[in-house]
Formats: sequence, structure tokens, C-alpha cells
Amino acid sequence: MSHIIDRRKNDKGKSTGNRQKFLKRVENQIKKAIPDIISQESIKDSKSGGSVKVPVRGLDEPHFRHDPNTGKKQIVKPGNDRFSEGDRVPKPKGGEGSGRGKGSNDPTVTEDEFTVVLSREEFLKYFFDDLELPNMVKKLMDSTESFKMKRAGYTRDSVPSRLNIKTSFQQSLGRQLALKGVFDKKLQKLEEQLAGTRKKADKEALALELEKVRRQASTIPFFEDIDLRYNNFERVPVPVTSAVMFCIMDVSASMGQHEKDIAKRFFTLLYIFLTRQYKNVELVFIRHHTEAKEVSEEEFFNSRESGGTVVAPSLKLMDQIMRERYDESWNVYCCQASDGDVWSKQDALECKNLVLETILPNIQYMAYIEINDKSRESDLWKAYNRISNDEDFSIRHVYEPYEIWPVFQGLFRKRSEVTA
Amino acid sequence: MTDKEKYRAMFCNPNWDYETLEAADEVISRIGQEYLKLKTYPNQIEIVTSEQMLDAYALTGLPTSYPHWKFGKDFVLNQNNYTKGRMGLSYELVINSNPCISYNMENNSTCMMLLVIAHACQGHNAFFANNYMFLDWTSAESIVDYMAFAREYILKCEEEYGEEEVELVLDAAHALMHHGVDKYRKPSKVSAKEENERLKKLTHIKRENYNELWRTLPTAPNMPEVNTGEEHRFPKEPEENILYFIEKYAPALPQWKREIIRIVRKVSQYFYPQGATKVMNEGFATFTHYHIINKMFEEGYVNDGFMLEFLKSHSGVLYQPEYNSKFYSGLNPYTLGFNIFMDIKRICQEPTAEDRAWFPDLIGKNWLEQVHYVMENFRDDSFILQYLSPKVIRDMKLFTIVDDEQEEEYEIGAIHNERGYRKVREQLSQQYDRASFVPNIQVTKVDLHKTSKLYLTHYIQKDRRLDASSAKDTLEHIRYLWGFPVELHSKNKLGINECTFEMK
Repeated sequence: MSHIIDRRKNDKGKSTGNRQKFLKRVENQIKKAIPDIISQESIKDSKSGGSVKVPVRGLDEPHFRHDPNTGKKQIVKPGNDRFSEGDRVPKPKGGEGSGRGKGSNDPTVTEDEFTVVLSREEFLKYFFDDLELPNMVKKLMDSTESFKMKRAGYTRDSVPSRLNIKTSFQQSLGRQLALKGVFDKKLQKLEEQLAGTRKKADKEALALELEKVRRQASTIPFFEDIDLRYNNFERVPVPVTSAVMFCIMDVSASMGQHEKDIAKRFFTLLYIFLTRQYKNVELVFIRHHTEAKEVSEEEFFNSRESGGTVVAPSLKLMDQIMRERYDESWNVYCCQASDGDVWSKQDALECKNLVLETILPNIQYMAYIEINDKSRESDLWKAYNRISNDEDFSIRHVYEPYEIWPVFQGLFRKRSEVTA
Repeated sequence: MTDKEKYRAMFCNPNWDYETLEAADEVISRIGQEYLKLKTYPNQIEIVTSEQMLDAYALTGLPTSYPHWKFGKDFVLNQNNYTKGRMGLSYELVINSNPCISYNMENNSTCMMLLVIAHACQGHNAFFANNYMFLDWTSAESIVDYMAFAREYILKCEEEYGEEEVELVLDAAHALMHHGVDKYRKPSKVSAKEENERLKKLTHIKRENYNELWRTLPTAPNMPEVNTGEEHRFPKEPEENILYFIEKYAPALPQWKREIIRIVRKVSQYFYPQGATKVMNEGFATFTHYHIINKMFEEGYVNDGFMLEFLKSHSGVLYQPEYNSKFYSGLNPYTLGFNIFMDIKRICQEPTAEDRAWFPDLIGKNWLEQVHYVMENFRDDSFILQYLSPKVIRDMKLFTIVDDEQEEEYEIGAIHNERGYRKVREQLSQQYDRASFVPNIQVTKVDLHKTSKLYLTHYIQKDRRLDASSAKDTLEHIRYLWGFPVELHSKNKLGINECTFEMK
């Protein structure tokens, strides 16, 4: 009478909803942990898939329970190997020695801190939430590949604007022919019957029937719903190409931890954005104080040098690297982060000219963020401000994480214009 | 005879398929019915993956349940422990329903599958179907439907009143789950259909009795002070089912919140027998699989190699680390229960002089009838108090430790000798009494006239006081449900108030 059911093929995500509810409950803890995770991870990790571990304090579910340290308890234990009745044994220090005397009947589960493993998508969601990105952008960045619509045959069900008249008409003709054939056969049969009968009543009935079929045959509808054919479109992944992203950061003494954190978030966001658009994204890190140097990511974010700031050499270095390593098939993006302090007006001017003449013509987009609280306009800002156009070169002041987003607006406006 | 050989070949092949399970179920049910005279619910055996087992864990085995973050938390916790190798998953999970649903892990070997089918689908199933606790407190027929109803209802509430509000009610009700059981009154059976009809009727009555006129009544002038003598005491008798009390009498609780409390109460009720029969249930299931598999061996369904694997798993299940072992984590309910049941059989068959003195009623009886009688009519504490024999105490070398807060040292209260048997037995029985881990807290008074304040009393037993911080948190939840101030007094056996918690 038993039923044996193989459930293995069934969905395993029965707990997904409850897990989401739980995550929502620890949302604040997760959000708090995100800056730490970002500063610990390298930019590339933020895309590499896999999971993120966030430590969460176990959520208490309170209920009335006994204080384990009170009262007179008698506990039964197995395996007596040395005791006799009345023996006295010193209590272990800390008083926890006998706390588990209740054995497996104990309904309480002790749990301290445990980690929540977030999938990459979930992590990005929290990351984006923090940056206060508009939903449209989140969606764009969430999608792993971009798609293009491509013609793919016909379908029976779609919107009127996609109606394909020629095919629909073919269908209609075919249907009319087929139906007409049926009626013709019927008519022929009836006519034969009519010729064969003698009784008057039968003749009249047959004549009536004949008339009915004739009427039907002449009123086959021209178009029916089943004739309609619509153009079908399929989503096909857009062929992806490669991009290179130059990260240029000022590492002079005035760039503190907060500034670097902002810069890192900014670079990370751009990186994630680019990896959504291009399959292969390379990163080049250039840091500069009075001279520019290409470095590894770790060095980029973690080493600190003092000294003044000259920006122009870094742009020259970038131009040089671009010429040497990346030909025209590469999409080049550049983002520069600085606190705006430059050595001299001359330097700022030189930067402006470099950007305008040698860099912008060769790259997709350049963003400059100045990480300070806008109390003053720096020389570099003033110089850049004259050439920024929000189309392929935008500059922004950023001091708090949520201010990072507007920098991208220019970029997205451009994208949507291209696709529209 | 050719059938037997075919079965034998299937059972001794470590890889199983659908036919193997079907054959195993057929043979095992037959032996269970004919040899052990088991009466069971029909079985529904489900083969699941480890992920699905984790899902089942999170819902404590129920195929469906209402949505709540607690289940998500349990899931995340188990998943972490499992993926880190800190926790193994059990070979099976079985729930008390009709048909009796059991989940078997896909990576069990054939031998394990047979063991699990004998253990869960015969042993546990028969226990669910015959033990008085399960028969009186749960309704196996309707639990699955009822949970579907509960899920629907909570989802509807979430839609109507918002997830946050529903979550608050559920959190609060969960905090009182252990205090939502009728221990003495047998609860009415639940059924999703009846529950739905009851709800419909309720709204109907409400609608019929609604009258615009009532709203136009002027508010009453201040009522004269009513004499608050003993005769007006409410409730007349203390009520230990706090959830029930709140559901029925909370002054300002909307109907839907009462319904949610009712759902939590019913679930708590459903799981109550499981907590009270852990030792018996596991002991009996182990006793069952042990007898069935041995019978299969006798009848030639399985070979020596199979039995070796079986005995290895069987003894693994029964492993009882000693008190000073690093693996020790309390008494193993499988071992304790199995030993007691095996000893009942032994006493019936080959009693010693000692057994004649201790268990005169068992001497010379049919062991199977006695085992059935015990399985049907006891729960853990009474089972141990009645049937823990001196031999089992000796075999397991049980002893008691007295841990008195006032003393600097532990004292060994009793060991496995003539003087100690009764003490050990009594102590162990008390250890499995619900009162030892659920504090005795009852609703004793409601101030009906002024403040609507709810008074709870905790009756201190064995000087065990409440954990202060969890008591405060729990009280806060009660405050939320009750809607008015709540006060809890901890009283010792002289009736003197030792400690007061208050939520204004």
C-alpha cells in the first residue's frame, strides 16, 4: 500500500522564501558589513562569481527558560567508572560543566555568530542599494549579458504592430481552400442523394440541407484568428568585445582612508558596469604623486606615499600604455580620482590639454571624480570644468558613497541614446 | 522461492533502484505485520537529495508551512553546518501524518534504505499510529491540509495587513510556543476544511449582528468602582496555556491576530507528543528495525555481508559515549529506549530472580503483547519510571550527579547498585518530564476593572529561577499581544514572591 516517490527532480528551493525573509531581518547587519567586504576584496573579485560571507549575529528567539546556573539539579549520566554514592567532585570553573545535562531532549539550540553566504547577485543588490542606484540601472547591471532582438520566423500570438500580412494571407488562402474542398464534397454527395431519392419529403429535406451547405460554402470567412501570423523576435546575446579600464589615483599624502574607500567604490562600480557590457575587461592601475607609475591593484589601494601632486605624467603614462598595448579594437575607459590638489596651475593646464587632445579622441569615456567636500574649487577642477561635456567626459564632486551614482548618468544617457 | 532469490540479489546489491525499494517495502511491511503485528498508516516514501533534506529540516519535516524568517534562519544555520562538515544529515526524516510521509536520503546504500524503511516506515509509523499521546493530541489525517490552510491564511494576512505586522504577531506567538499546549485537556482535532468553515461562520455572525445604531449610543458615564473581591477574580482557575488565554481573552486584539495565534498553538500542540516521547519513539523504531532485519536474515532475504553493514550502522546508531568522553552530549535516546524495550522482551522470556521482584506483571507474558502495551500507553517519563530495569541501569552504568547551586562541589547521588536503582530511575524519569525544561508559568489574574493588566505566575521548582534577560524579552512579546501591561511573579514553594518582571 506504500507509495514510493522520487522527489529528487523536484525543486530544491523550498526554503528560498523563508531565507529571503531572514536576510531581510539581518539586512542592516549585511549593509554595515559591505564596506568592509569591499575594502578587503579586490575589484576583480566583485565580478568573479562565487559567494560572499557576511558574519551575522545569531538572531534571538526568546522564550521562558531556566537560568542554567540556578537550583538543585540532578542529572543522570552513563558510564560510571569510578564513583560511589556520596562522592564529591569539584565543579569545573565557569559553571558550564553540567549545562547540557538534559541530553537530547533539550529543545534549545545554541548558536552564536554565524555567517550568511550571499550569492553574487544578492551581494550586488546590497551594494547597489547602498549607492542608491535607480532601478533601471540596477537591472541593466544585474543582467549578465546584453541582448539584441533578432528576427526568428513567425509566431501565432503577438502584438498587432508585428502582424506579417503576407504570411497571414497565405494562411487564410490555405484555410479557405481546405474548407471549400470539404463543402464541395458535401455538396456533391447531397446532390447525388437528391438525384437518387424519390420521396417528396426526403427531397425537400435534402434540398433544405443542400441550401444550407451552399450558404456555408459561400460564407467562409476571409480572415480568422488562426490565420494571423506575426513576426517573431528572439533575444540574442550581443557579441561582446574587450575593454580596458584605466584607474588613475592620486596617492599623495592628502588622500586619506575615506577618500581611498570612495575611490575604490567608484572604480568597482565602473568595473562591474563594464563587465556587464564587455566579456573581457582589463584593469590598469596608475598611481601618481609627483611621478606616475603602473602598479598592481593591491599596491594601488594599500600603499601610501607622501609628497606633492603632479597629475600630467599619469595621463602621459596612460597614453603611452594605451598606444603600446591596446589597439583600436579595445574600448578604453578611464577614471581618475583625486582630491584636486595639484602642484601648480601649469600642471592643471597641461592636464586639460592632454585630455582634450590625446586622450578623449581615443577613448569611450572618461570620468574624473574629485573627492572633497566642495568647500573650494581646485585648479584641476577648474581646468577640467572647461572641457567636460557629460558625454564622454564627466567630472563630479564626490564625498559620500551615494554621490557616486550621478557620475554615471552621463555614461548611461549616452548608452541609451545608442540603443534607442 | 525464485522470488526470494530475486529479492536477495536485489538487497545485496549496494546500488538500489525503484524496484529494490518496492520489494524492500513489500517484504518489510509483511514482516512488520505478521511477525511484529504492527498496525501502521499507509506509507509515503519520498527519496530526496541533501538540499531537499535541508529544506525538510527547516520546516521540521512538514511538507509545507507558513512563511516565517525563523525557518529561513534554521535553514541557513543547517546549511552552514552541513557544508562545513560540522553536521551530518540523518538518513531519514519521518512525520506523523496519514499517510505517513518519510524522507529518505538518496545517497543511502541499499542496506541503509532497508534499515531506514524498517525504522521509519514500520517503527515510527506504528508508534505514531498507536501511541496514546499521538492519538489524543494530534490528528495525523489532517495535519498536512491544516498546514496548507495555515500557509494560505498567513499569506492572506501578509497581503492584507503587511508583512511586518504579521511577523510581529508570529514572533510573539513563537516566543510562547512552549506555553501553548493543553497538557491535560485533550484538544479538538484540527481540519483545514472545518477551520475554514469556522472562520466563515464567525464573519457571518459578526455581519449579522452589526448594527449602525450601536455606534450612536452615548458613552457610558464613569462606572462606579466595582468591588474587586475574590469572587470577581478572573480567570477563576489559573491557565497554563498562555497562548490560548491570549487568543481568547486579549482585550484589544483583532480577529486575524487571534487566528494567527491559534495556528501557532495548533502547531505547538502537534509537536507536543514528539517532545514527550523521544526516547520511546526512537527506542521502539530501533527495536523494530532490529527485529525486522534479523527476521529477514533468518528467512534468507539477505546475506552475511548485508548483515555486517547493517550491524555496523545499527551499533553506530546505538553508540553511547560515556560521561567523560569528548563525544558525550547527553543520553542517546536511541540507546536508552532500545535497551529498555529489549529488556522488557528479555524479562518476559528469561526472567531472573531480580526481575521477578521488580516486574512481577511481566513474568511469563507474551513479550510482543507487552511491548505493544508499553508502546501504546506511555510517554518518556512514565515509561522510564515504570520499565527502566536494574539490568539496564547496570549495563549503561547510570549514575546521578547532584548539582546544587549552594554547594561548592557536585555530589554523586546514586549509582548502579541496590540502593541506587530506584533513585536513578526516578531521577531519569524527572529528567524527561516537560517541567524540567519548560518553566511552569501560568496566567493567574487579569485586572479587569482598571488597567487590564495581565498577571503571570512562575512557580519555582527545585529552586530553578528564570533566565532574566530571556524572560524580559519574552514578556515584551506578551505585552505586544495582550496590548496592556504584563507582570510576572516568580513564586517559590512557600508562595513567596522572589522576583518580579514587569512590562508597562
